[in-house]
Amino acid sequence: MRIHIQNGRLIDPKNHIDAVRDIYIADGRIQPFDTPPTGFHADRVIDASHLVVCPGLIDLSVRLREPGLEYMATLESEMSAAVAGGVTRFACPPDTDPPLDEPGLVEMLKHRARNLNQAHVYPIGALTQGLRGEHLTEMVELHDAGCIVFGQPNALPKNLRVLMQAMQYAATFDFGVWLSPQDIHLAYDGVAHDGEVATRLGLPAIPVCAETIAIANIVLLAKETHVRIHLCRISSAEGLAMVRAARQQGLKITCDVSINHLHLSDMDIGYFDSNCHMIPPLRSFSDRDALRAGLIDGAIDAICSDHAPVDDDVKLLPFGQSETGATGVELLLPLTLKWGLEMKRPLVEILAAITCRPAAILGIDAGVLAPDAAADICIFDPEDYWKVTPSALLSQGKNTPFLGMELPGKVRYTLVNGDIVYQSVEKLSALPLRR
Amino acid sequence: MISRNPQLDANRALQHLLTTEGLPAAILLQILDTAETFMGVTEREVKKVPLLRGKSIFNLFFEPSTRTRTTFEIAAKRLSADVINLNIAVSAQSKGEALLDTVDNLSAMHADMFVVRHSQSGAAHLIARHVQPGIHVINAGDGRHAHPTQALLDMFTIRRYKKEFHNLRVAIIGDILHSRVARSQIHALTTLGVPEVRVIAPKTLLPRQVERLGVHVYHDMRSGLRDVDVLMMLRLQKERMQGAYLPSSEEYFKYYGLTPEKLALARPDAIVMHPGPMNRGVEIDSEVADGHQSVILSQVTYGIAVRMAVMAILAGSQSGDSV
Repeated sequence: MRIHIQNGRLIDPKNHIDAVRDIYIADGRIQPFDTPPTGFHADRVIDASHLVVCPGLIDLSVRLREPGLEYMATLESEMSAAVAGGVTRFACPPDTDPPLDEPGLVEMLKHRARNLNQAHVYPIGALTQGLRGEHLTEMVELHDAGCIVFGQPNALPKNLRVLMQAMQYAATFDFGVWLSPQDIHLAYDGVAHDGEVATRLGLPAIPVCAETIAIANIVLLAKETHVRIHLCRISSAEGLAMVRAARQQGLKITCDVSINHLHLSDMDIGYFDSNCHMIPPLRSFSDRDALRAGLIDGAIDAICSDHAPVDDDVKLLPFGQSETGATGVELLLPLTLKWGLEMKRPLVEILAAITCRPAAILGIDAGVLAPDAAADICIFDPEDYWKVTPSALLSQGKNTPFLGMELPGKVRYTLVNGDIVYQSVEKLSALPLRR
Repeated sequence: MISRNPQLDANRALQHLLTTEGLPAAILLQILDTAETFMGVTEREVKKVPLLRGKSIFNLFFEPSTRTRTTFEIAAKRLSADVINLNIAVSAQSKGEALLDTVDNLSAMHADMFVVRHSQSGAAHLIARHVQPGIHVINAGDGRHAHPTQALLDMFTIRRYKKEFHNLRVAIIGDILHSRVARSQIHALTTLGVPEVRVIAPKTLLPRQVERLGVHVYHDMRSGLRDVDVLMMLRLQKERMQGAYLPSSEEYFKYYGLTPEKLALARPDAIVMHPGPMNRGVEIDSEVADGHQSVILSQVTYGIAVRMAVMAILAGSQSGDSV
């Protein structure tokens, strides 16, 4: 399909472009700006006046709950949610049931996702078999099946020797290793940040040192093994300071923060709101503020949704027994915009955290809006505030701490490889169709 | 999202008793004053008033308990309510029924009040949020979070022996970290105007930033007990030795067990309290537990009047005077 996007405010964070441009798309690729290629006849013209046109968003953590956890969500529901959120590429953590530790599982997931013809899916291969932290997975086989990085979600393996060898093996083939910096013994039975809120509510606590000690271990092992490390979900100011220090020593280490930790603190747990039950836990105000600032100065590379669709049955339980996580892929853009507005930073800067910077972490050629790039595009109205309600979300998971909030940024169109894979329903009548 | 105090209705009257935190002093005093009126009932020959006749009270115990359940049962029966005891630790939950499904089923049997004990912090809040208006929830202990009727009966005991709150120095001694009793006591004491509340424990048994609850932290009984008017001992669970919180109950007793020598550091007229059941020789010496400064058995007696008061206030009937 050939598409002409008219009068949009093109923002390409990678090339620092923020200007009104006309975009022409043919053969799934972006053509040179402003003048149509010779012989170009648009099948479809999109009037993007007053809208932002940016690269399709890239989310470093979206759980599809397949295989094995289909009662929480399905590939269909979550893929639709992703493109409704403007997300065109995302990584899936391997914490499925069974975990993504065999090539067959990865191939099946990639195949099912490809058939839906929506966003590009990047399964994160399990670093150890069954994620048990004991034996290495067949990383090369998994890579051939479609895994470009390998991870161990939620906590570090107990056995650091296994972790070191997994890093060495991954480094042999230059595979990136994605780790969740949480020490399993220090986190133990904890469900909330070790601070005044957990003390008042009598919730078993997770100290900050569960994160910092894990980061210290990872940093020392990274020095030993020279592997590319990505830290998933930094939650504390002290942890972030350690990442800064490691980088100053020249280590290849990146990190991300979730939309939840960017906006919330343990105070938001209120009277035991199980929607705020997260791994890692929501920490203090000062931790949150350090994370918000760390994204501006580049210490944190990317924002992710940490999308975890969870059904009501497992949330309507006492806080400590409730399932962790929140739905989020449809809130990635609004909550990134909200953070940018609050920090008073320009769009071209803040959108980098959900486009070109996560692309670099994944090591993929994406997250740009330039001639000859794949036409993965998100078109949104930054002025349109909408209320987060269960019916406004396409994800099967409706549980999020942001329910009831008004957030900025409504996606109007999402394009993948030059095809319109999503357009917002309420604007359908206004579509200028041309043949 | 959940912001209004879930214990109070729109008129700021008590609709559930979930925790002593955030309750106005006036409500705490109303409960204590109402309990005073019930003291006469519990002491006379026919120990029954018809205030809750026809009401169904469900004791929902998801965690085993004999003492607390029994005192709630006696309190309800003295108010003429119908009491149904459910020991869910060995019934529905073991069949995998979800907590709120159990509550829905019992609500459909026209329950008027639930008395809930659960091993998880926040369980009573969850149930209170879920039940229909008009059904009241009393928290009989949720995880490490709260045990408000215990704290209220402790306040009742203190007032009976010490008359006032505003001139007292109170020490809470033992496993503060895991104790719902300690948390509820701290909030009740500070709300009622006790000027100095101390907690005494080794660092492994104190939660982070506990001083933010308005208490002074001590690790040493010798300094912590000096000039104290009220000593509130806590029960030490045997599991704390397995969890590496403490080396042994013997060492604990040596440094934190209440002996006559340590008690002598407090004021001569100090009273000794314990929520029970006691571990003699672990947190308290028998000589102290059975000594003249101990008010532990009074606590048990007062517990019934206080629980009657809470049930009566929740049901909208406030006084035993007229009966």
